[in-house]
Amino acid sequence: MIWTSLDTWIVVAAALAGATCALIGSFLVLKKVSMMGDAISHAVLPGIAVAFILTGSRAGPVMLVGAALVGILTAVLVQLITRHARLEEGASMGVVFTVLFAIGLILIERAARNVDIHPEHVLFGAVELVPLHVISFWGWDVPRGVVLLVVVLAVNVLLVLLFFKELRLATFDPELATALGINANAVHYVLMVLVAMTTVAAFEVVGSILVIAMLIVPGAIAWLLTRRLLPFLLVSVGVSVVAAVVGHIAAITVPPLFGYADTSTSGSMATVLGLFFFLAMLFAPEQGLLARAWNTARLRLAIGSQDALGLLARAAEKAGEGSLSAAEFRDVSSSPFAGRRLRLAATLGLLRARGLVAARGGRYCVTVRGLEQGRAVLRSHRLWERFFYEDGQVELGELHTAADVLEHYTDPGLQQELAERFAGIATDPRGNRIPEESSPARRIGAPRARTPNDREKEPRA
Amino acid sequence: MIADRLMRVLTLADYNTRVVMFGTVMLGIAGGVIGVFLLLRRRALLADAVSHAALPGVAGAFLLILALGGNPRSLPLLMLGALVSGLFGMGCVLFITRFTRISQDAALGIVLSVFFGFGIALLGIIQRTRGAPAAGLNSFIYGRTASMIRADAMLIGTAALVVVVVSVVLFKEFRLFTFDPDFAAGDGWPVQRLDTLLMALVVAVTVIGLQAVGIILVIAILVVPPAAARFWTDRLDHMVLISAGMGAIGAYLGTGISALAPRLPAGAVIVVAHGAVFVVSMLFGSTRGVLRDLFAHRTLARRTVMQNLLRALFECEEAGRGGSVESQWRYLTTARGWIDRELTRGLRLLLHDGSIYRLPAGAWQLTELGRVRAARVTRNHRLWEVYLLEHAETARAHVDRGADYIEHVLGEELVAELEAALPRFGKVVPASVHVIGPAGGSA
Repeated sequence: MIWTSLDTWIVVAAALAGATCALIGSFLVLKKVSMMGDAISHAVLPGIAVAFILTGSRAGPVMLVGAALVGILTAVLVQLITRHARLEEGASMGVVFTVLFAIGLILIERAARNVDIHPEHVLFGAVELVPLHVISFWGWDVPRGVVLLVVVLAVNVLLVLLFFKELRLATFDPELATALGINANAVHYVLMVLVAMTTVAAFEVVGSILVIAMLIVPGAIAWLLTRRLLPFLLVSVGVSVVAAVVGHIAAITVPPLFGYADTSTSGSMATVLGLFFFLAMLFAPEQGLLARAWNTARLRLAIGSQDALGLLARAAEKAGEGSLSAAEFRDVSSSPFAGRRLRLAATLGLLRARGLVAARGGRYCVTVRGLEQGRAVLRSHRLWERFFYEDGQVELGELHTAADVLEHYTDPGLQQELAERFAGIATDPRGNRIPEESSPARRIGAPRARTPNDREKEPRA
Repeated sequence: MIADRLMRVLTLADYNTRVVMFGTVMLGIAGGVIGVFLLLRRRALLADAVSHAALPGVAGAFLLILALGGNPRSLPLLMLGALVSGLFGMGCVLFITRFTRISQDAALGIVLSVFFGFGIALLGIIQRTRGAPAAGLNSFIYGRTASMIRADAMLIGTAALVVVVVSVVLFKEFRLFTFDPDFAAGDGWPVQRLDTLLMALVVAVTVIGLQAVGIILVIAILVVPPAAARFWTDRLDHMVLISAGMGAIGAYLGTGISALAPRLPAGAVIVVAHGAVFVVSMLFGSTRGVLRDLFAHRTLARRTVMQNLLRALFECEEAGRGGSVESQWRYLTTARGWIDRELTRGLRLLLHDGSIYRLPAGAWQLTELGRVRAARVTRNHRLWEVYLLEHAETARAHVDRGADYIEHVLGEELVAELEAALPRFGKVVPASVHVIGPAGGSA
């Protein structure tokens, strides 16, 4: 890999484009109007083309003005068509942006004959050409595209900082914002204008279609990682800057590994962003698929343990000694382990490791501590059966199913409440004894299974 | 010269034009038909994600064939690549929406842009590889109808026929399930399989359309004609027919124009033609068109003014104020609050309508016809007022405004119901619940 000042400028331009897009795109993701970014980034094409034909230049204020106008036009047209045709917004967007894009494509194709503009560069970006057009500042050559990006980034940052409160309100609760005197509709249109201007500033680097990746993917990654607005924006911008650097390095190093020449930086950046999203989807601490699979497995095991201990406590009631073979575990009537060998094995393994169950000659015997917990489960179960029978008018045959679910979510307080409600009644509706509460000093109750929702209910700092 | 060429194109005089025209028109029909269901299923932009996601498939297939030493311009193989990666992209959208807290619109944006970016990266590799005939791939991005040969047209035609036949055979099923999937599922229809079939047809049209219209714009042939058809009808069967027709017209015009101007990107020209059909529909559509809406609004506004003025004149007579020009004018402007401009306009409308007349220098009088109309309007208004007072417990001061809103849209059935609810009035005009006369009157 050979790194030159050209590469440095490419990375700087790509990182600036990424940061600008990520900042504005975050609000699109939060407002759940990501596809408006798609629509606008397609629709600015005729604006770019007209400005180009008029001025003959690819960068400049004319283009930003043209973009702002097209951004408003797109938003207005989409709303108009949605209202008049009573279509879903997606369909109206599909109509507006394809037609505008097609017009832009035709204009550019015609303009390409006499001016220096290529459809490929507009669509897919030509970051490699960015360092070639420079403006001098006190003898220091800065690429023109970089200057434009810095200006737009500054405008975006300034607006977000100045109107942080308004943006936050209008994004998360437009009705409340309106009630508080903030014109949420105006905020929406300003946002669309910013998206359009950002798109135009970034298109030279990443192209008008890959802009969508830079607008939406960083926001989506942040959406998986955090729930607070400021960290959200920081994560989003940070991710896109890192993706710019990694993307360019990947573009010049990965294809040679397979014996090819290098490839386009913008395409590579979008790919890297996609990989980042994939990683976040898998490994995000709370929202990641792995974290959620782990939570589900833990919950299943916790419930399985309680079920197994409950079965052992029942066996102890009948036979005096709480022991069951693996086959008996599965064959007991309405056993939660019927046909689930794997779950049973995992559960019993966990219980043995915790010293709640001991294996003896192919049978599983409950220990003293295990029996205590099993009785607590049984107590919850039978109290619930009593409750459903007395207060819920549930048929005798259905009681077990109803109680079976709730027994796992009964903490000592709730158990206490049920016990007080049925004080003096010692049996469940079928006449089975409700086990006594264990001695108050050691009252553990059934360990309450944590649901994935628990975490969400906890107050946040 | 140009007219001559135009005629040759539009009358399909050349063999090449016939082939291309057959292909694009069939595609337009298929897109129009299946697009209707796609729109009703509220998944219009899913097709966009599918088409963008097809690019890495095309480029990947190209590289693979090149590496294996085959002919990398073989269309069926490239389309197979497009199909596989398009389906994979759709799977990703559904997976992300289902298993993460990312909303569907963001999932669409992520998949379409990342897949497309990956495709661009692969394309970059191809373009910088010496000796790779990369030019053919551009036609997938912009669409190039001109290079369509007979086999391509036949392929498109066959696929379009399949789409149309399936849609006709399963019309009832598709209708039920796109309008109300929950009800269909509850009713025992195989909703999951119907959904899969519908999406498979959408993917098929998308992939086949890639070559003709291009990756970026192929969604237009699925979305624009059905959206245009929406302005003409509320019925699904009509909408499917109209949408298919518009797909065909757009394709016909677009292909014709691009045959005359071969330098322009054909896909874009076809989409602009569809756009023109859409704009015409949006303006002139018979059910939801903008002009029709404006006209309906104007008609209602005019009828409201006329009815209000008829009642005012009727009550003016009742109050005994219609004797002279001055007292009538004073009654209408002061007691009833008409402003001069509105009053002049309303009087002109009524005069034109034959409801009123005036002798030279006399006050406005109701004609016989006008009196019948005025009596009916006044009666409706008062019946409604009494109804509001007695049945809806509205305060006396508010019933006039309440009746004002509703009286202009009372149909005959509603009036009949009112008469049934208030039988004591028979067919006469009830007395006003307000004091009519110099002291008050309703504003």
